Amino acid sequence: MTPIQIDFGKPERVVGIDLGTTNSLVAYLDSAQHPVVIPGEDGDKLVPSVVTLTKKGDIVVGNKARAALIDEPDRTVYSIKRLMGRGVGDVQDELKLFPFRSAEGSESVIRILLGERTFTPPEISAFILRQLKKNAEAFLGEPVTKAVITVPAYFNDAQRQATKDAGRIAGLEVLRLVNEPTAAALAYGLDKRREGIVAVYDLGGGTFDISILKLHEGIFEVLATNGDTHLGGDDIDNRLIHIALEDVHTEWGKDISHYGDAVQTLRRAVIEAKERLSFVPSTKIEFAYKGKRYQREITRELFEKLIADIVDRTLGPCRNCIKDADVTVEQIDEVVLVGGSTRIPMVRNAVETLFRAKPHTDLNPDEVVALGAAVQAGILSGTVENQLLLDVTPLSLGIETMGGVVSKLIHRNSTIPASATETFTTAVDGQRNVLIHVLQGERELAKDNRSLARFDLKDIDPLPAGMARIEVRFLIDANGILNVTARDARTGKEQSVEIKPSYGLTDEQVEAMISESIDRAEEDFRARQVAEARVEADRILAAVDKAKQNDAYLDLTDQERSEITRALNELLVVYHADDHLLIRAKIEQLNNATMKLAENMINTAVSSALKGTKI
Amino acid sequence: MNPVPSNYYDFFGLEHKLDLDLPDLEKRFYALSRQYHPDRYTLKSREEQQYALDATAILNDAYRTLRDPLARAEYLLKENGFDIGEQGSKNVPTELLEEVFELNMALEELRGGDESARPALEEARKKFVAMRDQIDSDLQARFAEYDRTRDRDVLADIRGMLNRRRYVRNLVNEVEKELAGAAA
Repeated sequence: MTPIQIDFGKPERVVGIDLGTTNSLVAYLDSAQHPVVIPGEDGDKLVPSVVTLTKKGDIVVGNKARAALIDEPDRTVYSIKRLMGRGVGDVQDELKLFPFRSAEGSESVIRILLGERTFTPPEISAFILRQLKKNAEAFLGEPVTKAVITVPAYFNDAQRQATKDAGRIAGLEVLRLVNEPTAAALAYGLDKRREGIVAVYDLGGGTFDISILKLHEGIFEVLATNGDTHLGGDDIDNRLIHIALEDVHTEWGKDISHYGDAVQTLRRAVIEAKERLSFVPSTKIEFAYKGKRYQREITRELFEKLIADIVDRTLGPCRNCIKDADVTVEQIDEVVLVGGSTRIPMVRNAVETLFRAKPHTDLNPDEVVALGAAVQAGILSGTVENQLLLDVTPLSLGIETMGGVVSKLIHRNSTIPASATETFTTAVDGQRNVLIHVLQGERELAKDNRSLARFDLKDIDPLPAGMARIEVRFLIDANGILNVTARDARTGKEQSVEIKPSYGLTDEQVEAMISESIDRAEEDFRARQVAEARVEADRILAAVDKAKQNDAYLDLTDQERSEITRALNELLVVYHADDHLLIRAKIEQLNNATMKLAENMINTAVSSALKGTKI
Repeated sequence: MNPVPSNYYDFFGLEHKLDLDLPDLEKRFYALSRQYHPDRYTLKSREEQQYALDATAILNDAYRTLRDPLARAEYLLKENGFDIGEQGSKNVPTELLEEVFELNMALEELRGGDESARPALEEARKKFVAMRDQIDSDLQARFAEYDRTRDRDVLADIRGMLNRRRYVRNLVNEVEKELAGAAA
């Protein structure tokens, strides 16, 4: 009988993860309830969000993978976050600038080719998450299975779902998706300010968010949020790369834009120059490729001219956010900067001008989101008691009605969880199905909004047209993800709903990926066992070969010798089979067959040693 | 896990009034959020999690409705059996007929590229904004009157005022959109 396990109430550890476009981090709450970032194996707190598939078939993540960007550009992928929850049609422009190749496949899910294998964005993100999980487990010395993961506030339903899928594939139970600016506010609020109205301006590698929050007695209430999920430091890098590529084309008479290794080396060079320009008024972009050199002076003035429109694109969402939050600029007590791109002086100046206040830069803009995620993890696991986040949905939710017009059910900036109920009926006698097209966005026409999913109300009782009454409840949960349930209002019976997501993976696909990753782990484990069995076999085969030269072998009976030969041949036959148990069995058989030989050999050795003493 | 009240006023433990003290409403909202928010139920059973989710969805919907005076008035009207819909706001209120006619003329001119219509539109915008503000302050007075008297006739008046306000609001939005669009 197994003794009953008693849990002495130690709350299970929940980590906070910032799954970023450029870098990812994992943090936890220490025993003093302080959020702390966990370093990786190499001591680095930032794990570059880069994944490579080595020629041997291993997945490598982080700094080592970043090196592979240059050596193995077609086996390596970065900035995968930009492709999360998006369709192939959405990212055509983007794929031109990114060196990785997308594979042919379904329209609704992008597949990225790494060497000879293909992966969906959630699978690639799962590799990053798995690395963070591993780092946390090594650091904390205990298994980590639960996490809070941050997402850009302006992520739509499909992008959120894709992030949650990535967590599941990585073997993490995602207790909550938290909006990045909200997480930052949480870390900031605990540290610096407990009351008042705070704006969080978050310009990262690939996404931009602006959120305005009201802080009051531990409640962090988001008043409004806005943003652009395709705006960030990557866009700035691409500007600079574009210019350098043109220069190189003119100077060298050669277009190198199709050489992955060249573009990646150049990318590294422009990023370094960009970062230096935040501290010095002028610097050089220096780049060498196959013995040729390229160099160009770039002043901050020119740099600012190049990126002015990118910085400008953040201001519209800021103004809309202030309007939606129903506050004036004067009422905003503080502006907090988050994301590496907010180190650029021009960005800081733009924020300062718009909000008429010096932005707060005390906190490390790279770490603050992960720290906030760890605090939220503490709230969820019950170790942080007084704080509570009240977040909003960034986009309005609606359904397509007659003429392709959208009827809004839940407005943007509604506090979540939020719900709406709508009654549907049939148009034709005996109709059994009703299809509901759900969209996200602010535009009037369905075609201008983001298609989220089609919900098929099935097996409706056949009735004359207009008699059926199906009540559908749309519920946006605390993760900002839509749940739909339906019931027949006449009978009160639950109505079955089939969900056809417009973008992203179906539940079955995610399940398949989870079991594939488990299968793969088993496969890896089996492969290792086979390899170990072969090493063992090699050892005994060599020993038997050697023993056959010994006089003791000749002292064996014919039968004993033929048994050894048989066992030897049988081991050689199974040696290349991928079955470690079989190999082990034949090793055992050979061991037994050579027992007598081994004994004889020892005796021979002893007697010759004895002989030796006689001489 | 007692089922939460589905009525918004009842959820907040408030009398069914039109004139609400907003700071008090916010305080109640925060307290109820602390009690029901799904964050407090993450490690509980699936049933309890669902309960928290459903309760908080109602709470948030209720707060959104009650803190906005117009949404609140519509909710209370519906509760009292009044029919509420966009329909009423589509008919031009008779006392506005002449002004709406003039406004449409000016809008047409501006859309046709006639910039001389701009001052007239600016004028119209000011007038309609003032009208909207007037309705708001009238409504405030009627809210107090209803809370005092509980008179259904007052509710009927309020319904008329809400329709009129919605109509005026649409006019303001349209003029503002046109002015902004022409300037761009």
